[in-house]
Amino acid sequence: MTLRGVTVREIFAHLLTIWLACGLFTPATHAQVTFERLLNSRKEPQNWLTYSGDYSGSRFSALDQIGVATAHNLTAKWVYQTGATGKLETTPLVIDGTLYATAQDDRAFALDARTGRPIWMYQHQLPGDIRPCCGRVNRGLAILGDKVFLGTLDAHVIALDSKTGNVIWDIVAGDYQKGYSFTVAPLAVKNLVIIGVSGGEYGVRGFIDAYDAATGARQWRFYTVPGPGEPGHETWEGDSWKVGGAPAWNSGTYDAATNQIFWPTGNPAPSNRGEGRAGDNLFSNSLLALNADTGKMNWYFQFTKHDEHDWDATQVPVILDAGGKHLIAQANRNGYFYVIDRASGKLVSANAYGKTTWSDSKDAEGRPIAKKEASPTLEGHTVCPGALGTTNFMAPAYDRQTSLFYVTARDQCDIFSTAPQPYEAGHAYYGSAYFPSEEAEPYRGFLKAIDPTTGELKWKFEHTSPTWSGVLATAGGLVFTGDAEGNFIALDAASGKPLWHFQMGGAVYAAPIAFAVDGKEYVAIAAGSAIYAFGLPERNLKTSQ
Amino acid sequence: MSKKKTECFLPSRSAIPNVISISLSILCMMMVVAIAPKLTADDRNPYVGDAKAARAGEYEFRINCALCHGLGAHGGGRGPDLTRAQKKHAHSDAEMFQVISNGIPGTVMPANGTNGQGVGMTDAEIWQIITYIRSVEAKASGNPAGNAAHGKELFYGDANCSLCHMIEGKGGRVGPDLTAVGGSRTRAAIIDSVRNPSRRLAWGLTESTKEFPQEYETITVVTADGKQIKGVALNEDNFSVQMIDASEQIHLLEKDKLRSFQKSRESFMPQYNSDILSDKDLEDVVAYLASVGAK
Repeated sequence: MTLRGVTVREIFAHLLTIWLACGLFTPATHAQVTFERLLNSRKEPQNWLTYSGDYSGSRFSALDQIGVATAHNLTAKWVYQTGATGKLETTPLVIDGTLYATAQDDRAFALDARTGRPIWMYQHQLPGDIRPCCGRVNRGLAILGDKVFLGTLDAHVIALDSKTGNVIWDIVAGDYQKGYSFTVAPLAVKNLVIIGVSGGEYGVRGFIDAYDAATGARQWRFYTVPGPGEPGHETWEGDSWKVGGAPAWNSGTYDAATNQIFWPTGNPAPSNRGEGRAGDNLFSNSLLALNADTGKMNWYFQFTKHDEHDWDATQVPVILDAGGKHLIAQANRNGYFYVIDRASGKLVSANAYGKTTWSDSKDAEGRPIAKKEASPTLEGHTVCPGALGTTNFMAPAYDRQTSLFYVTARDQCDIFSTAPQPYEAGHAYYGSAYFPSEEAEPYRGFLKAIDPTTGELKWKFEHTSPTWSGVLATAGGLVFTGDAEGNFIALDAASGKPLWHFQMGGAVYAAPIAFAVDGKEYVAIAAGSAIYAFGLPERNLKTSQ
Repeated sequence: MSKKKTECFLPSRSAIPNVISISLSILCMMMVVAIAPKLTADDRNPYVGDAKAARAGEYEFRINCALCHGLGAHGGGRGPDLTRAQKKHAHSDAEMFQVISNGIPGTVMPANGTNGQGVGMTDAEIWQIITYIRSVEAKASGNPAGNAAHGKELFYGDANCSLCHMIEGKGGRVGPDLTAVGGSRTRAAIIDSVRNPSRRLAWGLTESTKEFPQEYETITVVTADGKQIKGVALNEDNFSVQMIDASEQIHLLEKDKLRSFQKSRESFMPQYNSDILSDKDLEDVVAYLASVGAK
C-alpha cells in the first residue's frame, strides 16, 4: 500500500525514528553501545560507559542537577543487596537506564537504574583453589555492542549478553593454579576487549591482552616482562624474568588521537625482595603506551625501579591537557604525583603528595630515586609509605571545571622485614613481610585536591581513618567519596568542605559514579555488600526545573 | 575526681613485633628451600622436631601470621601469644592444622587464604608453621610467679582496676574487658600496658583484620551549651562520635553540633608506676589475669 509513492512501512519507519529521537521510548531502547559512543561518552553524560566514565580516566560527570546548593537535600533512592560478602570494589556502568555491576566471586548483574530492581544475574562458577591475593574482588565490567565483559578470578575472560546475562563466549587467558587471575574492569576499544592480569604476589609473568569482542579470539598480548632478545630483558637477573610479576590489574585509558592505550603495571615479583632480580625489572611499575590495534609499545615510563615495597604503579593514568600540553597525570602508590608528556613519555614533574621517606634525590630526568637504606632488611626497616602505598587501586578524579585532581591518600609507614622464600608455582611469593610501624601511628587518611600543573595541594579533607574509596567529580561543583566507616560524602569541589553525608553501614572500597534516567540525576556507590543510589527529592527537582 | 588514679587500661594490641629481637640465626634460612614431602593424611605432622622445617615455617609465619600474632609468635595486635604452652583453641598438631586451615568462627582468625594478608599456605607449609610454633613455645605451662588470689584482691580492691575493667561480668565499663587477656597476651605485654598505658592504644592494624574500630582514644568535647565531657571513644566516624565518660555515661554526639572536639592518644588510664603498684603486686595481678585467661 502506498500513499503518494511513500509506503506505509516507510512512514511507520520515519515515525519510529522521530519517536526514538524524541526519547519517548526511553529507557527501554537499549541501543547498541558502539565504539563511537564510547569515544564520545561526554555527549551522553546520563550514561556511565566505562570504568572511569570516559576514555581519559577523568571520572568526571557533566551532570549538574545535584549541585553545591542542593547537595544537602540528597536522599537514598534505592539499595541493591548483592548477597556477596567481602570487599565490593565494583564501578557500575549505566547505559540507557540499565545499571551493570559486579560483586565478589565474579558475580555480574544488571539492574533497573531507577529502582535497583534486578534484571539478570550471572554467577561464574569458580574452582575451589583459586588464588586471589587480596580478596575475591572484581572492579567492574566493560561494555561494547550488546555484550558486557568480565574478567574472573580463575583467569577467564567472559562475554555476557547485556540483555540476559547469557554467556556468549568464555575463554581462558592464564593458569589460575599458577596465580593468574583477573580483578580489573576491562577496557573496550574499537572491536577489542583489553584486559590486564593480576598475580604479582604469585610470580606470574604479567601481560595485557586484547580479545575480539565478537568472538573472544585473542588479537594481541603484551608481556610486561620481556623475554629473551626483547628490549628490557637485560634488566632481569638470570631467569628471574620468568616469574617477574609486573601485573596490570587496574584499568588503563585510551587516547584516540594517537590510537594509544595507556596501561599501568604493578610490582616485580617477589614483591618485597630485590635479591635475585638485580636490575630495573622492566616493565614493572611502569606506564606503558601501546598501539591499541597491535599492542606494540611506543614508549614506557618506569615510576619505581627495582621495587622492593610492593608499590604497584597500577593507579589510573589520567589523560589531561593543561597549559597547551598533552599530559598524563598519575598519583602513584609510591607517594609521588607524576605528570608525563603524552607524546614522548618524558617526565614533566614528580612531587610528593603524601608522607614519603624512601627517596631524597632525583635522577637527571627528575624521577625520585630510592635510597639504599630504604631496602627491607632482616631486622626490619621503616619506610614511608608502607606497602599499601600513599594511594592504591582507589580511582581518582580529574575535574575539568576546577582543573583539580582529586585522590584518596593515606599516611602510613611500615616496617619491611625480609622473609626469603623460593618460587613455587601458585604460591605466594613475597620475599618479605611488612608490619605497621609505630612511627606513623595512627594511620591518617585524606581526600586531597592537587593542581596537576604544579603538584600543589589545593585542599585536603582528613578522614577519621584511611579509606579505600575512589572519587567522583561532577559539574555540579561537587566531589563524592566514601569512607572506611561507611559514609558516602559530598564535598564542595572548590574548597573540600563536606556538604552532605549518608551512613551506608559498610566500608567503602569502590568508586562512585553519576548517571541520569528520566532527567533525574543519581550518584551511586558500592559499600558493604550493597549498591546505593542517591538523588534529589521530587520537590527539589520540581523547584529546580 | 576520686576515680582518676584508679582508671586502668589495657590495650588489646599488645606489641608491635620487635623485629630487632629476631635471632640472627635465621640468616641461614635464606638457604632453606621448601621442604615438601607429599602428604597423605591431614592428621599427622610429618615434620615433628625437624629444625629445617621449623625455619621454613618461620618465614611462612612472618608472611601469613605475624601481622596479628607478632614476629616471634609472641602475640601482636589481634592475635594471641602462641609461644604459651597452653593454647585456647588447639592443643595437638592436628587441631592446630584445623584452626589454621579453617579459621576460628566468631573471631578474626581467618581460614587459610581468605584474608588479605598472606596468600594461602599449602598443607606442607601449614605443618612447617606448626613445627615452627612448637619450636618456640614454652615447654610447660609454668606456674605464674605471682599470687593469683592476692592479684584478684588487688584487681577488685586497692589497685582499683575493676572501676574501669570487667572480668567475667564483674567490674567497670570504661576500659576493655580483661577476661581473655591473660590467655592471649604475654606477661611482658600486660606489664607494659599497666606501666605505660599510652605507649600503645588498641588499634585495628589493617582493615582486613579490623574487628571493631575501638581504639580507646581519649575524647574531650565541649557541647553547644558549654558542657565539657571527657571519656573514651566507643566509635567514631567523620561526622559523629560515640563515647563513654568516667561515670559510665554514654554520649552520642554529632561533631558539627559541638563547640569543640579533641581526640588524644594519651590514654584515659593513669600510668601505674611502681609507687602506685609495686612490681610484686603487679605480678600478682598478672597471675590473676593468667588464671582467668587459662579457663
